[in-house]
Parts: sequence; C-alpha cells; structure tokens
Amino acid sequence: MCAKRMHLPDPRTAVTNDIIIDKITRGSRVIDLGCGDATLIARLRDDHDCDVLGVELDEDLFVKGIEKGVSMLQEDLNAGLTELPSQSFDFAILSQTLQQIDRPLDLLNEIFRVARRAIVVVPNFAHWRIRLQVALQGRAPVTDNLPYEWYESPNVHFLSLVDFRELASQGNFHIIRELPIIGYRAVKKATFANLRAHSALYVLERARTPAQHKEIAASSI
Amino acid sequence: MSTKLADTEDSASPDGFVCRESTTLYEQPNPLVLESGQTLGPITVAYQTYGTLSPRKDNAIFVCHALTGDAHVAGRHNSEEKKPGWWNEFIGPGKAIDTNRYFVICANVLGGCQGTTGPSSLNPETGKPYGPDFPFITIRDIVNVHNALIDHLGIEQILAVIGGSLGGMQVLEWAVSHADRVRSAIVLASGPKLNAQGIAFNAIGRRAIYSDPLFQDGWYYDADEKPHFGLALARMVAHITYLSEESIELKFGRKLQDGDELGFNLRAETEFQIESYLHYQGKQFVGRFDANSYLALTRALDYFDLSEAYGSLAEAFSRTESRFLVVSYSSDWLYPTAQSKDIVRALIETKRHVTFRELESPYGHDAFLIDQELPKLERLVAPFLARMYMDQRQGRSS
Repeated sequence: MCAKRMHLPDPRTAVTNDIIIDKITRGSRVIDLGCGDATLIARLRDDHDCDVLGVELDEDLFVKGIEKGVSMLQEDLNAGLTELPSQSFDFAILSQTLQQIDRPLDLLNEIFRVARRAIVVVPNFAHWRIRLQVALQGRAPVTDNLPYEWYESPNVHFLSLVDFRELASQGNFHIIRELPIIGYRAVKKATFANLRAHSALYVLERARTPAQHKEIAASSI
Repeated sequence: MSTKLADTEDSASPDGFVCRESTTLYEQPNPLVLESGQTLGPITVAYQTYGTLSPRKDNAIFVCHALTGDAHVAGRHNSEEKKPGWWNEFIGPGKAIDTNRYFVICANVLGGCQGTTGPSSLNPETGKPYGPDFPFITIRDIVNVHNALIDHLGIEQILAVIGGSLGGMQVLEWAVSHADRVRSAIVLASGPKLNAQGIAFNAIGRRAIYSDPLFQDGWYYDADEKPHFGLALARMVAHITYLSEESIELKFGRKLQDGDELGFNLRAETEFQIESYLHYQGKQFVGRFDANSYLALTRALDYFDLSEAYGSLAEAFSRTESRFLVVSYSSDWLYPTAQSKDIVRALIETKRHVTFRELESPYGHDAFLIDQELPKLERLVAPFLARMYMDQRQGRSS
C-alpha cells in the first residue's frame, strides 16, 4: 500500500543547474559530490573554465561521467572524503544528498576540510503540503520528488530550512546565502520560506574561526 | 560513444595472426646508462603491434606487461598456437582496446626472457649468457628502453599507456619520467611502491631459487638441468598472492585430487586439488621463464617507490600532464585498494586529472587478467580511451 503522493516540483529541475552555476566563480576548482551523470560539472568545465571532479557511486552514471571526459571518483559519502586532500577545492556541490547521509554534520565538516565554499541543496520537509499530509493523514510524507515509502527511502533524515540553519550553526562553516526554492524558482527573499519552499539552496563558506556564524534574518515558521 | 573517430583502415589481419618483431637499440658506443650507473648495450627489444598507426600518429597505445608476461598480448602467431596472447579478450578488433581504432604496442621488459635482452641473453663481451653478470635493473630502466622503442617506431605522442601490477608501476614511471609524450595513463591493480608484504613474498621466491643446488650462483645455462625446483617453488608462492581466499575456496575448496578419502600418507605430496594446481602452475612456469630473470625483475619490483625517487608522490606527479584512470580490485590483497587510493590522493593534491574506481571481484590481484572480469574493466577503459582520443583530436588538453 502506498500513501497518496503529492505533486511538488522536482528540485533538480527547479534548482536548475543554472542557479548553481551562477553561484560558482569562473575558473574555480569544483567537486560535485553525487554528481550523477556529470552534466552540471561538464558544463562548468566547458562554459566556465572550471577544473572539475565528480563523485558518484552508481556505475552507469560513473561511466557517463567518463564519457563526458570528467574525472570521476567512487566515494562513499558516508565514509568521509578520505581521498580528498585538505583545501584542494574552491567549491563543493552537494545537491539533494545531505538528507541521505548518516551523519550530515560530519560530512559538512569534511566538505569544508577540502573546499572553501559549498553549494548545498536540501529538501524542506516542513513544506505546508507535507505538514498537511502528516497532520491530516497521519502518514509519513511521500511526495513525487521524494517518492519513497518510509522503509525504503534513501532519505534517512527529515529536515526543514530552520533545522538546516541550526545545523549550520554547529559546523566549521557559515551560511552566506539562503535561496528558498518555491515552485520552479529560487527566490532571494521569501516570507514564510520554511512553509512555502520545497527545498533550498545554500551557499556555505568555511568559517575562518569556529565561532563565526552569520545570522540569517528569516522567520522560523 | 556515437562519434566516429577512427580514420584508420580496418587493420587487423583477417586471421588474427600477429608477428614477433624485434629491434636492437643502444648499440655501442651509446649504451643505456642504467639507474644504478652501470651501462648496458646493445639491447634487443622484442615487441608486437596491432592495428595501424594513424597518419597523424595519434592513436598509439602502449601496453606494459606484468612480472612474467611478454610482448604477445593478443592474437596468435600461427594456427598451431594453442593459446592466444595474454590479454586477447581485451585487445583486438571491436574489443575494449579496439585495434580497428588504435595502434597497440606491447614489448617485453628489459631483464626479461621472452625476446628482450635479459640475463639469459648472450653477453657480447663473453659470447655466453650474462647470467648473474647482468646488471641490476629498475622499472625506470625498463621504461627507458621502451621509450627508446617508441622513438625507434617514429611515434611522438602516446595516446595511452596501460598496464596492471608491475605493468601499472611502469605506467606510473612512464607518466612521470616521460611526461611530454604520455597523454593518458591507465593503472590497474597497482601501487606507487611495492609494500613490505610484496617484498616479503619476493624474498621467499628468491630464496627458493638461491637455495636450489642447480642454481649454481646463476651459472646454470650450460647445465643439462636448470634450477627448476627453486623457480617452480617461487612461482607457487607468488601465484597464491595473485589469487584470493575466496577464489581458491570457490575453485578448489578442500576437494581431493584422487579419490574421495584422505590417504593418511605423509609421503603423498599431492592430496588436495589446490596442491596439484600449484604444482602445475610451477611446472608450466619453469618451461617459459628464466630464474635469473625472475631474480632481476622481482628486485626491480622491490625497488620501485615513486615517492622515494621524487621526494614525495605529489612531487612525482607534479611532473605529469597525463589524464589518469586508476582501477583496483576489491579482493586484491597484494596491491590493495588503499595503494591505488594513495596514487589518487596525490594526483588530486597536484590538481591532476584522475578517475578512480574499485571493481568488485572475487579473483584477487589477477582479476585484470581474468576473462570473465574484463567486461567490467572494459566499461571504464573503452569510454576513457574514446574520450581521450576525441579530446586529443580536438586539441583539448587534459
């Protein structure tokens, strides 16, 4: 039996690669953790002079990366980033993966060991439709873009934008941009973002001192 | 890849036969100066080629063979030959390394005994085999000789150098010490150095040879009997390191060779099938290999340590511009995945391009030579080469 699905825009379409690319400085050294078929980083390489490296476990996708001429690594993100030397990248990309990681804070700390900045896209499980589904049906949320029953979902954590901000306050990094994604758009400022966004893109930066955490002026609804 | 890249003619002979070729380099007065400082020359190099060198000479792939391999990497020399070359399933028309598209060269290593100058070759100064007088050689020396062969063949750029195990070490040496001509490097089941465990197993092999009474300090070439016992024993020990606990268990288990009851007889040397298999491997080996070559090449293996040679691995790789593909095997305990990862980490540190994957296999170190494992390897190597070739033609650097 499958709980009724709600339609929410696929964040991979909504957070188009354009939005990510827009945040990455031309000529940067970029690593994409969970890069899929390496479309995004191949574009960064070809159109933005970036030096790129993809990380992907799935073998079919891995081969697609090779076909694009992208350097690919097989790395279990749950096991840390042991192959990656410290401070070897300008940017790390982690798109729609953090909620699948056993220990998200450990991975984020690892990311900022190897990269100066990170673009992280996370789903927002506090979207109002998910809240309604939980409240009215009394069921764990199953949506089109997160179409998994609770017992087979790769998503092992459920977080909201508020939760992510709190996590960010504990790591070796701080949030320099938060872009809630509402519908198919990333919006710079949104009221009730935690209620309306189905996911969010964060630009994070390694903290110069462990205490440095920038406050995000946003409501916590 | 849908892109049509090859502009070479279908060059594989229809019958798949291949010729042994050889050339003599380093004639006096220009001998090779070895890493040890000694000199050696002339040096004969045995090699084989497959496919056709493109008019632009941009499709050459050099294959580095492992410890006891040879230049006969694919095809057959004639219709009577039972077994084709050692990587026949991987190299040929339409195969992973497609000889319709690429020009493939494989040469026997310096110090070997399959056509290239080694301890069993005649020393021009004495008219007798070099034997133990053969100078100490290293992997760099081996690669230097092959580099001279590439010069001799009139090739400037090599699209890819590929090899496993000792072959992989040669690939690393190629990429680092002949960086100007190696466009890409494919390193299989190998490492940036031989670890202590590897040296330890080589030590047993050498001790087996030294302690064979027929070895006679290496001067056995005139004798009726060669030190086959020691060499076979060396091979038996080494062969175990090429397998895995799982693969031996699957293949042999505790199966008995004859009958199905234990004999309770200490004089029976072969009771279990695994014993018979190892004896067979040893016996096969002595028919085609020279004990002095085994000593020379295992020492070359022992001495290999890129970081020691260049100060650090990162220092070594800072010399290369090659694109790398590094592959390890999950059950390889002789060159464990961690060693491949050392290569990968240093390459990333030096901002070089490296693709790395550990392949799941029960076959241990030898997996890169096992036919049924080759499709997995092909999935990585074929697109890597195709892309490399395309980028090279479009003038895109690594």
